[in-house]
Amino acid sequence: MLSKSPIQETALTSRIRVADISHRYGDRLALNQLSFDVRPAEIFGLLGPNGGGKTTLFRLLSTLLPLQFGTANIAGLDLASQAQQIRTLIGVTFQSPSLDGKLTVQENLKHQAHLYGISGAPMRERIENALQHLGLTDRKHDLAESLSGGLKRRVEIAKGLLHSPQVLLLDEPSTGLDPGARHDLWKYLKQLQHKEGVTILITTHLMEEAEHCDRLGILHQGELVALGTPDELRASVGGDCLTIHSDHLEQLSDQISATFGVTPQLVNHSLRLEHSRGHELLKELIDAFPEQVTSVSLGKPTLEDVFIHETGHQFWQAEETT
Amino acid sequence: MNQPASLPAAGPAKLFLLPIMTLAQREVVRFLRQRTRVIGALVQPILFWILFGAGLRGSFKPPEWAASSMTYQEYFFPGVAVMILMFTAIFSTISIIEDRKEGFLQGVLVSPVPRISIVLGKLLGGTILAVLQAVLFIFLGPLLKIVGLAPDFETGITLAGFLPLVLFLFLLGFSLTALGYLIAWPMESTQGFHAIMSVFLMPMWLLSGSFFPAGESGWLSWIIRANPLTYGVTGLRRILAPEAGLPSAPGNPSMSVCLSVTTVVCIIYVAIAVWMTLQRSTRNAR
Repeated sequence: MLSKSPIQETALTSRIRVADISHRYGDRLALNQLSFDVRPAEIFGLLGPNGGGKTTLFRLLSTLLPLQFGTANIAGLDLASQAQQIRTLIGVTFQSPSLDGKLTVQENLKHQAHLYGISGAPMRERIENALQHLGLTDRKHDLAESLSGGLKRRVEIAKGLLHSPQVLLLDEPSTGLDPGARHDLWKYLKQLQHKEGVTILITTHLMEEAEHCDRLGILHQGELVALGTPDELRASVGGDCLTIHSDHLEQLSDQISATFGVTPQLVNHSLRLEHSRGHELLKELIDAFPEQVTSVSLGKPTLEDVFIHETGHQFWQAEETT
Repeated sequence: MNQPASLPAAGPAKLFLLPIMTLAQREVVRFLRQRTRVIGALVQPILFWILFGAGLRGSFKPPEWAASSMTYQEYFFPGVAVMILMFTAIFSTISIIEDRKEGFLQGVLVSPVPRISIVLGKLLGGTILAVLQAVLFIFLGPLLKIVGLAPDFETGITLAGFLPLVLFLFLLGFSLTALGYLIAWPMESTQGFHAIMSVFLMPMWLLSGSFFPAGESGWLSWIIRANPLTYGVTGLRRILAPEAGLPSAPGNPSMSVCLSVTTVVCIIYVAIAVWMTLQRSTRNAR
């Protein structure tokens, strides 16, 4: 057997490899030295508030933007020098539908197939399949502009899958989908992952969507602040989370650190505490400061807690300020 | 299964030609589904032809190289055909801006289509529409004489002359569409395109010998001679001229000069358009 080149070796362990990628828009640093791997047949999520750099990374990986700093490869191909080969291997689904509204669903898919060199009988077969899988068969003669947001997205996904890509890139796939449609979408993505071995990278700002991913990278202000499975990430927070509301937050914060030796974080007009034995602390806290505490809640850490833990910002707050 | 069924083997010709045809076809289908565009690009020039023809009939003096019996409407005829080419070319390239906004262009840019095919597909689609409308005008326009809205004149178009006419219209249409493409490609809004149209494209057309003759001397005649579109208008005028033909004269270059200039300019426009499209830039990701 011939020995494998380093690049082939990489392709076996990772389908997408991002190494030290930075990106600037003028003076603004949109991505700061990002590195991660996406393994074959994995659903990898990039979670972060809008403006965190997800879309920039998405555009780099989908070959729309030129790579400025760092390297990346997809299926063992170099993003900077082999973009043309990469394009045949990836399927891309944009946040804003890339459909031509003046064409029917079927016509949109036909043009898409032609762009990938597929025509004739194989094309018709693929289109029929895609329409059937995504429940679009009875809408195929409708103009794309007449479809609802959810249906448009389904056509968009059908478009991205028509050429059987090895890697599927989805930018905010659930935007504008109702819960039912969202559920169907995820069922379909899992099916692609398990039956076809497709590697999927999605960007999202929705916590519940991030839960579906095998592994997650949390992006904040262009930096990867956490990386792991949803369970690993939650475990990293450690124990329970207490959220305390009070009319005198700063005073209470000082008192808590003096009494219990833990320093709460001030997040969005409340105090936040991570503690391995949250239920005990909760009791002691109320006993110690019955007047100051107006309300307190105790919970297992969520992905949102992971985000706050890593960045010190409330998720939605970060979205507003960036 | 580790490896999904990958793309069927497609020859380079298939990856090159198929996208051109499909993008061109899309242009034509889209156009035909938007009736107002058909009306805008065809009816306005015909109205111009009738109204200016009637209004300027009295004050028009035929240029020296033309027959003294030439009416203004007859002189203006090739100019209107070029205007139709230009309007259609422009309207179909404005859609680049819309495609970018609506996201369709992103979908094309992430596909493995060679960038030159993207350009050629767009230009071919625009050109087919432009030529169809210009031919329609050239054959139907003179029939307006039946209702008294056009003078009685001969276009000199015979069955044998039809192919050269279409080929020349195609060359000129392709050139104008390419010009529209390289204006539209960097634009962010259609309003910007309209501004360029009124300060650049309309004057270019007005100063191409289509609206009034170049004259013998003076700054205006020099501008007209320097304008590449003049050679397109004159080339068309020669093809449309009755059998006797037109003499070569200042402001009325010979057919071979017209063909050469139009071809060279077309190649330059297309080359710039392809070069622009090859750049992977921030603009592509809007």
